[in-house]
Amino acid sequence: MYRLPIGQLVNGGVQWLLEHYGHAFDVFSGSIAHLVDGFRTGLAWIPWWALILLVIVLAWRSEGWRLALGSAFGLLLIYNLSLWPAFLDTLVLVIIAALVSIVLGVPIGIVAAYSSRFHRIMSPILDFMQTMPSFVYLIPALMFFGLGTVPAVFATVVFAMPPAIRLTNLGIRQVPVDLVEVGEAFGSSPVQLLWKIQLPVAMPTIMAGINQTMMLSLSMVVIAAMIGAGGFGAGVLAGISQMDIGKGFENGLAVVILAMILDRLSQGFIRNTRTADKKK
Amino acid sequence: MSAKIEVKNLVKVFGSQPRKALSMIEKGMSKEQILAETGQTVGVNDVSFTVETGEIFVVMGLSGCGKSTILRCLNRLIEPSSGSVLIDGQDITKLKARELRMVRQNKTAMVFQQFALLPHRTVLHNTVYGLEVQGVPKEQREKRARESLAMVGLNGWENSYPDELSGGMKQRVGLARALTNDPDILLMDEAFSALDPLIREEMQDELLKLQQAMNKTIVFITHDLSEALKIGDRIAFVRDGSLVQVSSPEDIINHPADAYVANFVRGVERSKVLLAKDVMGDTGSITLSDELGKAIQVMEEGGAAGVFVIDRDSRLQGVLTSETVFKAIKAGAVSIRELELIQVSAVSVETKIQEVINIIARSKLPLAVVDNENRLAGSIVHSAVLAALAGKGGEEDVPTTNWTTG
Repeated sequence: MYRLPIGQLVNGGVQWLLEHYGHAFDVFSGSIAHLVDGFRTGLAWIPWWALILLVIVLAWRSEGWRLALGSAFGLLLIYNLSLWPAFLDTLVLVIIAALVSIVLGVPIGIVAAYSSRFHRIMSPILDFMQTMPSFVYLIPALMFFGLGTVPAVFATVVFAMPPAIRLTNLGIRQVPVDLVEVGEAFGSSPVQLLWKIQLPVAMPTIMAGINQTMMLSLSMVVIAAMIGAGGFGAGVLAGISQMDIGKGFENGLAVVILAMILDRLSQGFIRNTRTADKKK
Repeated sequence: MSAKIEVKNLVKVFGSQPRKALSMIEKGMSKEQILAETGQTVGVNDVSFTVETGEIFVVMGLSGCGKSTILRCLNRLIEPSSGSVLIDGQDITKLKARELRMVRQNKTAMVFQQFALLPHRTVLHNTVYGLEVQGVPKEQREKRARESLAMVGLNGWENSYPDELSGGMKQRVGLARALTNDPDILLMDEAFSALDPLIREEMQDELLKLQQAMNKTIVFITHDLSEALKIGDRIAFVRDGSLVQVSSPEDIINHPADAYVANFVRGVERSKVLLAKDVMGDTGSITLSDELGKAIQVMEEGGAAGVFVIDRDSRLQGVLTSETVFKAIKAGAVSIRELELIQVSAVSVETKIQEVINIIARSKLPLAVVDNENRLAGSIVHSAVLAALAGKGGEEDVPTTNWTTG
């Protein structure tokens, strides 16, 4: 029986891309790395206590004193365990991945909501992104982008972006028909309809997607560490390879703390926008 | 009055092959035939009507009859399959997207059944929406929004969110949002149907009151006949996407076009709909300068024991009974001016029969009916009211005034 040469085709494709566009990938990778490094350096420049204070203020304003207290406790614990540099590495990775996911994912989700054909094309691609084992694209990512943060961001975005796309699409499709009719009946342009009605009404759903994106990107930290992203993932890997269970646990705990803070902060954001509108 | 909206041969076919269905409609085939053969649903079937400037035009029908589709064809929220919709003589079915937006911004505004307030905006920011998309400066649009909120009685609620309001208040916001645009035409899609009966009546009264001040052209959709009869200047009955009857509330009651409308109208409380002018009969009258002989002559002609006395401008002065006349003649009087008239109250031609009953029940005399300039227009006797309420209304068989005194 004839065997379809899928594997060979992929190999050939990767080779071809590397030969013809290798340089372009280098440039791209270099500029992203530059961006990430700049961001990381900027964060490191802020004293640790100032950053903790900033998080406390954000937490207090969005959710109240409980989250503020919890965040303070969690971050101080991370500092106490001498995990502060790893914390910054992971934070940068998560924020960059979330930003890229939002910047790419939300517009893609909007287009998918408007065009059912695009949505049909997009669906299997999203399934691919979410379920294809990440190691499969980690190796080519390494070949294209080299070792370091850039392939880590790439792998994280591939895995973490789908919820942002899916929930943006869902959120906009779920905007009640009569609210869209309000927009049209009062003579809104399509852009006004999107900005003033569809996106704001869909915002809680979109935020749920972004929240999921952040959570999923945190679950990628260990895999990201394998290709040189550093952060808590590196600590976990080191703990495993040295059979230092305690070290692995400390780093794992730090991931959980960061996840909880980011989750509660992003959930509080929605309630926050509402009260902000009221105060205007 | 002039035509504000003219709808001509409007057709809306739901489905993927409207052309096929359209040609079948032209051949005069029925909705059912078209559905069976093509699978296309005819939502609106060759509807034509005209809405005059300043009138409340009610489109009435059961749910699913196509009345909301008709309304949405007026501002093209639903694209008509064929036919034309003229607003101020401009065919909006032919407008390009940008021109259509201009019409929607400047001429029409819509009020929705489920209020359709934007949940992320405060009452004030909901109300400014129409002006906001037009690019009116913030200060100016908020000033106008506050004015229209005050008009619907919502001062002080500007900074509340829709989910903090009751249903009636939400619809007031919906109304204020529409009024802020200062449109010529208000399109109201079952605007009060989702409200409690008491609140609904309150809003109907409010709308009528506002309408007196604003004089907008209103197209109002409802499935509630009593609502239609109460607020409509004219009512269009829709069944299965076709117009069955377009006429005044009184005509709907008195002369239903077919069995369908008649069946609808049967349960109506006629006293709330019929007006004094629908039940009044012709009445004889004499003027102050007439001689007494004329009074006797008029009474004899009408077979009555009394007569209304009017002045030179036809304004009602009082009632003269035969008793008074005969006494006066015996006493040697000649002119009516010398006599004492019985003072009676009068009602306007536009008075609801409901109120007429209250007045007439307390009096044995026929009730005088005057027109808008206070001139005597006719009179109502007890039996005419009863006949009208029993459903035998109609000008032909209203009993003429028959005096009984004493």
